[in-house]
Amino acid sequence: MKPIIDLIKDLADQHGRDRHSLLPILQGVVEQEKYLSEYSMIEIARELDLPATEVYGTATFYSFLEYTKMGKFVIRICKTITCSMKGEKQILLAIEDMLKIRVGETSPDGKFSLLETNCLGFCHKAPAMLINNDVYTELTPEKVREILTDYLNRKTEGGPNVN
Amino acid sequence: MSTNYQLKRADFIFKNENDWESVLRKSISRPANELINELISSELKGRGGAGFPTGLKWKVASEEVNETKYVICNADEGEPGTFKDREILSRVPFKVLTGIAICGHVIGAKQGYIYLRGEYFFLQDELNKAINEFEYYCKEIKFDFKIKIFMGSGAYICGEETALFESMEGKRGEPRNKPPFPSSYGYMGKPTVINNVETLAHTYTIFKYGSKRFYDLGVQYSRGSKLFSVSGDTPKPGIYELELGMSLSDFVEEFGDDDTKAVQVGGASGFLVPRKRFAETNIGFQGKLVGISLPTGGSMMLFNSSRSMFNVLDNYLNFFAEESCGQCTPCRVGCQQLLKGIKAVKRGEKNAQYLDKLLKLSETMQFTAKCGLGQSVGNSFSSIVENFREEMIY
Repeated sequence: MKPIIDLIKDLADQHGRDRHSLLPILQGVVEQEKYLSEYSMIEIARELDLPATEVYGTATFYSFLEYTKMGKFVIRICKTITCSMKGEKQILLAIEDMLKIRVGETSPDGKFSLLETNCLGFCHKAPAMLINNDVYTELTPEKVREILTDYLNRKTEGGPNVN
Repeated sequence: MSTNYQLKRADFIFKNENDWESVLRKSISRPANELINELISSELKGRGGAGFPTGLKWKVASEEVNETKYVICNADEGEPGTFKDREILSRVPFKVLTGIAICGHVIGAKQGYIYLRGEYFFLQDELNKAINEFEYYCKEIKFDFKIKIFMGSGAYICGEETALFESMEGKRGEPRNKPPFPSSYGYMGKPTVINNVETLAHTYTIFKYGSKRFYDLGVQYSRGSKLFSVSGDTPKPGIYELELGMSLSDFVEEFGDDDTKAVQVGGASGFLVPRKRFAETNIGFQGKLVGISLPTGGSMMLFNSSRSMFNVLDNYLNFFAEESCGQCTPCRVGCQQLLKGIKAVKRGEKNAQYLDKLLKLSETMQFTAKCGLGQSVGNSFSSIVENFREEMIY
């Protein structure tokens, strides 16, 4: 992992230092760090020559740009209507039970964070969830336990795309 | 006037056609006004839900005098119950890219963008491969056009066109005042055409087969076919291309589970239609002479009699309260108060007449909210509360 300050420089070199490069840079930092610390927001502001408040204001608007510390794997369960009708709560209970964390919490080892999110666009295959950028659909408590076991044993971050 | 309200399947969007190169080459050799007239006579209307005539949009942008213009493909598909755009982008990306490029030719833009919602991050690699291949071909035929993906970060409101521009400019996704409209003042203040993914895929069909082929489908005011995202209590959830103008009862007969109590047409920001109104409701744009016409971005959610409509409304209102950008008061406070209000009635802290006050509030939001989000909360709210009042109280 790159030090944040180098990462921000590289992202700015890649996307440019204009205001309209802000979102890609924020996303780039979140991809590595999983969240935006106050420090990284201030550094981004410095790099782009923007007020830090503007960076903070923009970053906190978007639900996928977290600004509290997140685990290595961020689990986002869809809670919108179809998923909630098709058993989202049971999936949530299965995960809470297995990882011993509740919605909004991060496991003590820093591996998992559990969040609820709005419609993921997989209503025909409900219930659905995201783990980082990978989608898992048609979940059952058994299936979700299998998926998490796989993640628990995993060292690296990459995974299959749609499952 | 056509009286075709039957459910008819169509197959254009996902049809396997490997001829995007020739469609692109032929189209960009035609003059812009000819292509615009083709679109206008097809009567294609925006497939994102709002239904603005696509030909007119392109025409206005083409008449703007400016060296820099943009084409943006809106792939911020966030409406609950909609998932067709993802399928289009993963199965037939070249049709969309071709549509973007032809639009660029028509209005005089050299740069196109696809605003892809953060939830669809996994599409990015494949889509970038397609874009590379597409740009390579453009270079070969000496057509100067570039397409770039811009990723969203999980904000429903960014599907609203002016909020999307704000987001691309690196700001909070807060909608702008209209006018000025995007066709004169859009992304970076430049004339911009912004179309839904499906709309652009339909332009491919129209430029390939001619406008008549498209116009012959559907009914008056609602021409052509449309993708429907079917979910909820149905034995066959999925994506279906159907002609516009069908009656809801035909739809329910095909997709229902024989116990359908209500259908949500157009996602959380659309209308809930109870069983007793299935026969008189048609799916299409407003303006039809008989019965009720309901437009939709393609979201069709079915509920059977095991579902509590209170829970459904509660879920929608939570969604809106979270996704409201917070910029204008009617929407920011209105969504929260509606949610608090129905809970108070349910718990018995407020009497049933309080629902009428809430209905008035939702009506006020329709008139006073700044953008489509706040204005449309009242659609689902009033259609659920009016049709299922007892379920709200007991």
